[in-house]
Amino acid sequence: MTTRALPDDADAASPASMGAASRPLFDWLFGVAVLAMVAAFVRAVYFTPIEALQGAAQKIYYVHVSAALSAYLALGIVALMSIVYLWLRDERADRLAESAGEVALVFLTAVLTTGPLWGKPIWGTWWTWDARLTLTLFLWFLTAGYLVLRGAVDDPSMRARYSAVIGILAALLIPFIHLSVYLFNTLHPKPILLKPDKPSMPNEMVVTFVGFFIACALLCVALIRARYRYGVARDVVRAMDAAEEGGE
Amino acid sequence: MKPSLLLSAWFIARKDLAIEFRTRTAFLAVLVFAVLGIATFYFAWDATAVAAIDLAPGVLWVIFTFSGLLSLQRSFGVELADRAMDALLLAPIDREAIFLGKALANLLFVAGILVVTVPSVALLYNLPLGRTLPILFAIALIAAIGLVAVGTLFSAMAANTRLAELLLPMLSLPFFVPIVYGAAQTTSMLLAGRPVAEAWPFMKILIAFDLVFLTACTLTFPYILEE
Repeated sequence: MTTRALPDDADAASPASMGAASRPLFDWLFGVAVLAMVAAFVRAVYFTPIEALQGAAQKIYYVHVSAALSAYLALGIVALMSIVYLWLRDERADRLAESAGEVALVFLTAVLTTGPLWGKPIWGTWWTWDARLTLTLFLWFLTAGYLVLRGAVDDPSMRARYSAVIGILAALLIPFIHLSVYLFNTLHPKPILLKPDKPSMPNEMVVTFVGFFIACALLCVALIRARYRYGVARDVVRAMDAAEEGGE
Repeated sequence: MKPSLLLSAWFIARKDLAIEFRTRTAFLAVLVFAVLGIATFYFAWDATAVAAIDLAPGVLWVIFTFSGLLSLQRSFGVELADRAMDALLLAPIDREAIFLGKALANLLFVAGILVVTVPSVALLYNLPLGRTLPILFAIALIAAIGLVAVGTLFSAMAANTRLAELLLPMLSLPFFVPIVYGAAQTTSMLLAGRPVAEAWPFMKILIAFDLVFLTACTLTFPYILEE
């Protein structure tokens, strides 16, 4: 491999790479999201009443549901950006889908970890083949498969097309898994907050949950943004490497 | 003159089947794998705890899915040798026709596997097939269409990647869940002598899956082949 041009070599550095280098090191959105998460955790643990029947275990609800909704947000971005990529062939859409896919896997892992932690004391079992649990598990498998596929294709445009096709087909598959699993009986609690009539939770808990959800969604967006920026920088470096190798 | 979509699809299918008929290696190997798999399941089975009639549908559909994956692997694998894929792309036919032709050849291939696996399971697990046999084959064929549609597309993708042998099952199996679930439930209902009408909700899922994924995979396939 050839040595890369030094950053102060103005002739070798493209305008795009200079833009990447001049970006401030501190990611303010990520900082705000982390602070919001800390505040949300403190409120959930110390300033929210303990539920009468489930005890302290109920507090997992705030993390679990917020992480699930954030994962859906990230997966929605993957599906949407897959369609946009095949339509407009804009590499930014592909990079955004890639970033959202990785972040979705993190949040789905959080959902699948916090779920059993709550299930053991409340249901008496870590896992059950319940409709929603099964669906979430398969969302995890699909997301993992999507990321493995991305890692297994070297050509950038082929990778973008393949993963966009998988993203679209996976979005079509979800209703089918949903339909299949809803023929099972479900043990999972029904929606408590997001339902047509009044929430079946006291106001203090609603406030904690809404705060938690906002913090979690903010963290999700901040992570996708940071991952996207990394993708931009990585592609710039790759383009520079390719240009140097081609020039010799 | 450019042949019609279905005619050119048939040409592609005939080409694949001719290759298979002349070599006969893959088909026989997959059949042996399927029967071997069915026999292996027997050793993991406690006959006093689980009745054969409860276990057999699961065995049939798991083995069928895995044998199907093996045969799908070679669908686009054969086109890699001597860069045959490039010649296929140069042919004056639509990309959709390549997909439909490949899928048709794969469907006939897995139908051949079914013709052997269903009686093998019935024989080795001592199942009372009798009058349910024709309807069981009909359901199997409906399930096979969805399996082949998704599998053919993923085979085209996986053939061009590193990790091809690993990637095809990893991508396909989540997509096979509604198929395996619907087919296995329907099979066990039929074997238990329940009326066909009871299995209708599962069959509706299978048919809807076929329609949605045959369309979606045909439409997205040209994006896989772009150069």
